[in-house]
Amino acid sequence: MTPRPPRAPHSRHPPHPPGSSRLGLWLCYAVAFAAAGLALIPFVWLVCASLKSPADFFTSAFLPLGEGWLGIAWDRLTLDNYRTLFSDSSIARGLLNSVLISSVTALLATLACAMGGYALARLEFAGRRAVSWLVMAALIIPPPLLVAPGFEVLYRLGLLDTFMGLILPAIGPAFGVFLFRQATLSSVPKEVLEAAKMDSCGEVSAFFRIVLPLVQPMVAAFLMITFLAAWNNFLSPQIVMQTPGRFPLSVMIAQLKNVYYQDYGLLMAGTLVSIAPVAGLFLLLQKDFVAGLTSGALKG
Amino acid sequence: MTAAALRARVAPWILLGPFLALFAVFTAYPLVTSIWLSTRQTFGPGYSRSVGLGNFAQLLSDPLFWTALRNTAVYTFGCVCIQIPLSLMLALVLNRPGLRMRAPLRLILFSPAMVGVVFVGMIFSVIFEKRTGLLNQLLHGAFGWDLDFPWLESYVMPALIIATLWQYVGFSMVYFLAALQNVPADLTEAARMDGAGPFRRFLHVVVPAIRPVGTFVVLLSIIGSFQIFELPYILMNGLGGPDNRALTLVMYLYQTGFQTGDLGYASAIGWAMALVLAACAVIQRVVSSGGENA
Repeated sequence: MTPRPPRAPHSRHPPHPPGSSRLGLWLCYAVAFAAAGLALIPFVWLVCASLKSPADFFTSAFLPLGEGWLGIAWDRLTLDNYRTLFSDSSIARGLLNSVLISSVTALLATLACAMGGYALARLEFAGRRAVSWLVMAALIIPPPLLVAPGFEVLYRLGLLDTFMGLILPAIGPAFGVFLFRQATLSSVPKEVLEAAKMDSCGEVSAFFRIVLPLVQPMVAAFLMITFLAAWNNFLSPQIVMQTPGRFPLSVMIAQLKNVYYQDYGLLMAGTLVSIAPVAGLFLLLQKDFVAGLTSGALKG
Repeated sequence: MTAAALRARVAPWILLGPFLALFAVFTAYPLVTSIWLSTRQTFGPGYSRSVGLGNFAQLLSDPLFWTALRNTAVYTFGCVCIQIPLSLMLALVLNRPGLRMRAPLRLILFSPAMVGVVFVGMIFSVIFEKRTGLLNQLLHGAFGWDLDFPWLESYVMPALIIATLWQYVGFSMVYFLAALQNVPADLTEAARMDGAGPFRRFLHVVVPAIRPVGTFVVLLSIIGSFQIFELPYILMNGLGGPDNRALTLVMYLYQTGFQTGDLGYASAIGWAMALVLAACAVIQRVVSSGGENA
């Protein structure tokens, strides 16, 4: 093996002196792959578990052993867990509810936060400092503090046991306005907005025509963040929803555990069904997502 | 006033309107009422009577509250003390010059963080089983570990911490990795020229450079750990576990507010928790600004 020339992102690091670094590099590979293995094992196990019949569940850690290719009894794998899951439980309903709640929340929250962030970053108006201060102050409120009084608000507004009762409180997170304010400050130049003003483009239409396209990476990241947060939220729907037909997957899966507590294969199939959609979305948007997550920390 | 000037005056409030309206109704108002609510005893929503500071006095002598606070503190301390060094180490490993496949490795290590805690709880409730669970089987295969090791029956706290580490080590690592890639290379190089070994370069060049992000990640994981609810809820089937060893503050808040129906006492628990977190934030401020003065 010949040493490769350092690639572009690392070119600022000078090449290490030979000898000492080769062993270190292999050690790094060993640690990194071991960690990646540990991160992946529960996922692999989950897929295997969801494909096993109750009889095979405990006979092997991953897949049932047998005569087949690689010493695995492929013919003993079954989709029965998924069949039972979709016929005997209302999981399809839960899936639909989760998709509905999460996508509406993500779209509206991203729009509201992007508009607010742009206004705070680039518009001059009386009260801007006060609102900016409010946003910063709101960042430190721990959500559990609002659980009990928030429930009372929903009760008074008649929003208990409705989708709106889950969606509306999730649309205006202060950290979203903060993130979009930072994104607008760093990627929407003042001059562009002034030029738009000369062309008699109003502040609101400038948001849709100029600002949104320029902060597009943050839009992707924040869509993902809010979608995930809504999808994975358990406490709010557990408190707000009463009609089982309106439960999102998180609540439904937790209740499945009480009904099918012995049927691990079925439970794991349900868990996999709950994770798979967001895993797909995550793989699609992961670059922007990670960049958006870390942007606040690095600039702040 | 011209139309354009009027428009310029109204536009910010149109843009901020949705956020401010929802913020007022679902954050600001509940925040204010939670103060009022914490001085009342409620019987479900809508019915309440004043107890003054009684809720807080009751908290001080409520053994379950202290159990929950202690459990939460132990869990948070355990998570942060293991998670931060582990994720920093992994970030240093992944930041090593010449390492290939950095992007896919980062993606794999980060991926558990996108799984909802409820679903992590579902997976680990089976993985932690005695005899048949994956963890005991793997440990048995590798180190001859006791197959009947009772994670969920007797070692709830280590189980909670292990599941959390699986989920969040990669998450904190991403922050450290981003910070490490911002460490100026000429600084490291200058230190090398001055004859500083890898350990001293790490201590005097890397640590000061990543300190702000480091304290931020520590604060983030303290705040996150302090709010743990779903994991013990799923693993212990909605209860506090053996001897309430898995009862956390938010679980206790949930039980008093929504199973007993006393939203007032639940608000008092919420405020006690907010106070502890505020203290942590102040400490973070002091520690991270201490770095700048040095």
